[in-house]
Amino acid sequence: MKATFQIWRSEPGGAGALESYTTEISEGMVVLDAVHKIQAEQSPDLACRWNCKAGKCGSCSAEINGQPKLMCMTRLNSLDLTQPVTVEPMRAFPIIKDLVTDVSWNFRVKKGLKKFKPRAVRPEEHGTWRMAQRDVDRVQEFRKCIECFLCQDVCHVLRDHGKHEEFIGPRFLLYSAQLEMHPLDTDDRLADLKHKNNIGYCNITKCCTKVCPEHIHITDNAIIPLKERVVDRYYDPVTKLLRMITG
Amino acid sequence: MAAHATYSYDVLIIGAGGAGLRAAIEAAGAGVSVGLICKSLLGKAHTVMAEGGIAAAMAHNDDRDSWKVHFADTMRGGQYVNNWRMAEIHAKEAPDRVRELEAWGAVFDRTPDGRINQRNFGGHRYPRLAHVGDRTGLELIRTLQDHTIYLGVTVHMEYTVIDLILDGGRAAGVLAYDRERARFHVFTAKAIVLATGGVGRAYKVTSNSWEGTGDGHALAYRAGAELIDMEFIQFHPTGMVWPPSVKGILVTEGVRGEGGVLRNSEGRRFMFDDIPDNYKPQTASDPEEGWRYTQGDKSARRPPELLTRDHVSRCINREVKAGRGSPHGGVFLDIAWIKEKISDAEGHIKRKLPSMYHQFKELADLDITREAMEVGPTTHYIMGGIRVNADSQESTIPGLFAAGECAAGINGANRLGGNSLSDLIVFGKRAGEYAAEFAKKNRVTRLDDGAVDRAMKKSLEPFDRGAAGENPYKVQYDLQDTMQALVGIVRTESEMQEALLKIAGFNERAAKVGIDGHREYNAGWHTCIDLRNLLDVSEAIARCAIERRESRGGHFREDYPDKKDEFATVNFGTKRQADGTMTTYRIPLPPIPPELKLIIEEQKQ
Repeated sequence: MKATFQIWRSEPGGAGALESYTTEISEGMVVLDAVHKIQAEQSPDLACRWNCKAGKCGSCSAEINGQPKLMCMTRLNSLDLTQPVTVEPMRAFPIIKDLVTDVSWNFRVKKGLKKFKPRAVRPEEHGTWRMAQRDVDRVQEFRKCIECFLCQDVCHVLRDHGKHEEFIGPRFLLYSAQLEMHPLDTDDRLADLKHKNNIGYCNITKCCTKVCPEHIHITDNAIIPLKERVVDRYYDPVTKLLRMITG
Repeated sequence: MAAHATYSYDVLIIGAGGAGLRAAIEAAGAGVSVGLICKSLLGKAHTVMAEGGIAAAMAHNDDRDSWKVHFADTMRGGQYVNNWRMAEIHAKEAPDRVRELEAWGAVFDRTPDGRINQRNFGGHRYPRLAHVGDRTGLELIRTLQDHTIYLGVTVHMEYTVIDLILDGGRAAGVLAYDRERARFHVFTAKAIVLATGGVGRAYKVTSNSWEGTGDGHALAYRAGAELIDMEFIQFHPTGMVWPPSVKGILVTEGVRGEGGVLRNSEGRRFMFDDIPDNYKPQTASDPEEGWRYTQGDKSARRPPELLTRDHVSRCINREVKAGRGSPHGGVFLDIAWIKEKISDAEGHIKRKLPSMYHQFKELADLDITREAMEVGPTTHYIMGGIRVNADSQESTIPGLFAAGECAAGINGANRLGGNSLSDLIVFGKRAGEYAAEFAKKNRVTRLDDGAVDRAMKKSLEPFDRGAAGENPYKVQYDLQDTMQALVGIVRTESEMQEALLKIAGFNERAAKVGIDGHREYNAGWHTCIDLRNLLDVSEAIARCAIERRESRGGHFREDYPDKKDEFATVNFGTKRQADGTMTTYRIPLPPIPPELKLIIEEQKQ
């Protein structure tokens, strides 16, 4: 059986366009297999980023038929193959070439966030930190993140409004939540979240949650609780009054 | 020809998986300048794929465990051709390295009393693997990554090293290209750490990502360093076999650790049929005892599914060859059966093995809580690699260090599951520490401009030949087919001689590869460069495998199916000669000190 793929091709700095490739497909194939096949047989200089091919490294993010997905986890039998399948790069980031985007902004953002700062081991812990499984469940959910940046790709604050300099996006709100909710962490990130990272820009449309390949409840479990903490600190009238009195 | 940019570091680390990152942390902590080159984006290295856990004798789940037992287990797993000193260091230092990860933010699964939880794994006498569900590798690499970014280490992402360059016999620097623009970058360094991982891409069926092309092995080899133990490759018993596009992807041993069993097409648990004598005292006598073991019963012995990986792989191979395999050429791995034993088995499986559930659901349309998986052996890990000093991780070239999978010694003939992640952090740390020390004691190196220039020109030749040249992908596929068929799980002399002839032919074709298009992010060109490395390591594997005329650990010879005393005390080394040909020779194992020998004997009971 043959299928047709319209793949975004562009040279560095140049304009791009979708190009059509038809290739033989077989049972069980995913989009990344088709891209590799086209690369090996028709267009060796077709650029795509990938690594593990098992949904674990988060390298092969793309927009397939307009949907942000990992190419390695999108089976062809989940797509309508009577129509050409479009494969495009993530649109919230500058394109380097073809399907490869410049995601370096994400790495710079992380560097600007406060790192993990654990408390000391307590005497009653006998030399090693004690944490109950139920207290780390939530943090472990967040730590499943594979940094595919699909959540950043669909976040309208970044994608449509280009607020990359003011807003850190769902990936790093999740990262902040993971540190804030870590049972051992002693630092405080609420001021940064409010003033520097502008958590308020997020209006919880949950687009990030919908595209997360790890099915992390980014909005409900990470962003909303962080927003609540920010509200409690900065907008609670009682606390505000207390602050005015105590200075 | 001029390079786009030049850089100079005290310590240059090549590879940003667990070992490279851990080395970077240590070197940066020693106050030297550190550059880190990685083939992919930061945090995407193959370490991310590790599932089961990190082996460290912390004795949280069974207080009978200690470094001594871990040491003895590692030596037994390696069939006693390990570097004893590395096995000793590894067993002693792994617990501290794991605790350190927790201090850097790792969140391991917990015991009921709140400590790091440890799970059972093949070849480990006691529950020893610190883990996070079945995504321990992700936890490890993310923790190290998130710690490293605050230390002033300069990271060069999506750079690939083309050649290692010496200065008066000492490692001096590298030539690299960036994927984005294919520009050349020249790095000088006082010390270099190779942490490039494995060679799985030399085989057709592998659990390794595209990066596993033996770069560090080949860079070191071509620069004149010694490699050892290259015949020892681990074929992991449980890779996916269907659908074809995911063939080889790993199915964690954790499935068996949680009670998963292997069955053939007749429904028989065939692993009970073949238990090696040296493991009999530690192996369950019936399925019931095996089940109790997986559920933490300390009086029970482990099920035969948790025997060493080489053995389980061969048993699966035998079942398939005997016509008792599954429809797609594997055997059945069943975890769904535990519903007979526990209530809410479905929830339990999803909690304990979330990414396996996910992987099968999405890639194979199969619900592992209801149906058995189909699995078969996949090329997973190379025990062999760059010969290093056990304490410092320095190779036979001064100033060149190696850690992780590209270094050899700790695993001997076969690696135990879980010993890889601990190897990364134990020896990554040491490599970083000693590389920094070396950098402080030695002068700045100089690169010979002529050598750099020649390497640049040579690497661009495929563009001169253009599409008229050999297709690099085709040569790579042919090499993979050859290694899979002729130097795979079951080996014989004649087949491996044939493989050597074929590899010589591939080398000729590789010298004529051509590529079209622009230089930017050109995967075809990258394949041309990786191909050289794959060819060098493949030849080393075949040559050492021919020389070891016995079967031991991951190396199984159909023509010599038994272990032989003659080979019990040697490693095989391989080295590039002045005329460019490869030589293979015996290296006697250093004698084990009496106190360690005693530990091994005690643990044999």
